[in-house]
Amino acid sequence: MKILFQLGKYWLFIGSLFSKPEKLSVYRRRVLEEMEAIGVSSIGIVTLISVFMGAVITIQTVYNLVNPLVPLYVVGLVARDTMIIEFSPTIIMLVLAGKVGSSIASEIGTMRVTEQIDALEIMGINSSGYLVVPKMIAAIFISPFLVLISMFVGIAGGWVAGTLSGVIPSVDFIKGIQYNFLPFNVTFAMIKTVVFAYIITSISAYQGFYTEGGSLEVGQSSTRAVVYSSVLILIFDYILTQLILA
Amino acid sequence: MIEVKNVSKGFNGKQILSDISHVFEKGKVNLIIGGSGSGKTVLVKCMVGLFEVDEGRIEYDGRNFSEMDFRQRKPIRQEIGMLFQGSALFDSMTVEENVMFPLKMLSNLSLAERVERVNFCLERVKLPASHKLFPSEISGGMKKRVAIARAISMNPKYLYCDEPNSGLDPRTSIVIDDLIMEITEEYQMTTVINTHDMNSVISMGENILYIHLGKKWWTGNSNDIMHSGNKELDDFIFASKIMQNLRK
Repeated sequence: MKILFQLGKYWLFIGSLFSKPEKLSVYRRRVLEEMEAIGVSSIGIVTLISVFMGAVITIQTVYNLVNPLVPLYVVGLVARDTMIIEFSPTIIMLVLAGKVGSSIASEIGTMRVTEQIDALEIMGINSSGYLVVPKMIAAIFISPFLVLISMFVGIAGGWVAGTLSGVIPSVDFIKGIQYNFLPFNVTFAMIKTVVFAYIITSISAYQGFYTEGGSLEVGQSSTRAVVYSSVLILIFDYILTQLILA
Repeated sequence: MIEVKNVSKGFNGKQILSDISHVFEKGKVNLIIGGSGSGKTVLVKCMVGLFEVDEGRIEYDGRNFSEMDFRQRKPIRQEIGMLFQGSALFDSMTVEENVMFPLKMLSNLSLAERVERVNFCLERVKLPASHKLFPSEISGGMKKRVAIARAISMNPKYLYCDEPNSGLDPRTSIVIDDLIMEITEEYQMTTVINTHDMNSVISMGENILYIHLGKKWWTGNSNDIMHSGNKELDDFIFASKIMQNLRK
């Protein structure tokens, strides 16, 4: 029953975001600010994680394909497809669930417990729309760029690690990343990214918006935001894969 | 004028306010007093629409606020300014941006007009040189003054203050009280203050509503309150040694 109650409350919250919109000019500026906060400030961590993901995938694939019947360029192919289909959209969005999700929940939660949201309501402003919609639009728009960066940097990281450590010649790796490339895999990754970006922002904002109490509860909301977002990302990763690729 | 008519409110089966009726008069400082947990904050939140009343209604100059939806309430909300207990300034904005925020969101003023209005409001609360500071960089008293500046930026007809002196030293409390009284008289606002600060009650109480156990227990002004003959009110007013000595 509690799950159903929370589900109903969540959908009412989502409905309230768009029911009473404020001036468009206000949203435009806030979206740009949020893009900077959510996207630009995450480029560093996304790059770092992607380089090492690509490097580890490459080296592990080499050591698990010790078979003369399997051509070495398969390593490049595996690294490419693993990064594009799964690791870049899913792992990077899980990382963003931790970084961005906790930030959204704690920011909105703190505004709730310090009566800043009440102040917005009393002014006659749709507080949920004003606070959440720009974050949602910004995350949905900027996350695909982060994931594209991750794909590129991850594959490059695999190439650098593979060639520098001498486990795979550069020619084989490059042949592998060009072999039988399916552009739809990138489209599939983008679809997943957009869905995950919506999950992260909406769940985290919901947790923050209904925080009650003080700093302890803000921390709890932040933790719940990360846990629920991560679990839902994994569930929807399976659902989308089943629906689109199966 | 704000009229509260037969308002009742409860949470999870527990009655917090029972059948409260009162008139908050225009151009006066109206006080709501009562002990902790008496229901005065719930009453104020019902009056500004943060809580919906279970029974009864709130009227702003004859307009039934309780029966309106979000859109219908918007014009009345724009006539309301509120000073929160913790000031509720937006952390990510400077003092200037905080005061300008309602103007930007709710008015059609040009940037130059908004800046002029912000300067006027900040000068009115005696904070002329703090535009670029963030809330984390100013004192509690300054935060209250910025919050007052923000509350009056839209030239409100109704001003609510939730425990305006909490966390302030006595001298700063007097400054804030004086400021609220001056603004109320100057703009002929209906000011409603929720407080349990006895200095404020004595110095500002033109129309006092005392709430006890969620009920309207006593009404009067600061002249009447010292000899009301009401046991619960006397227990509340004369709880401190200073007030007991004053009574003697």
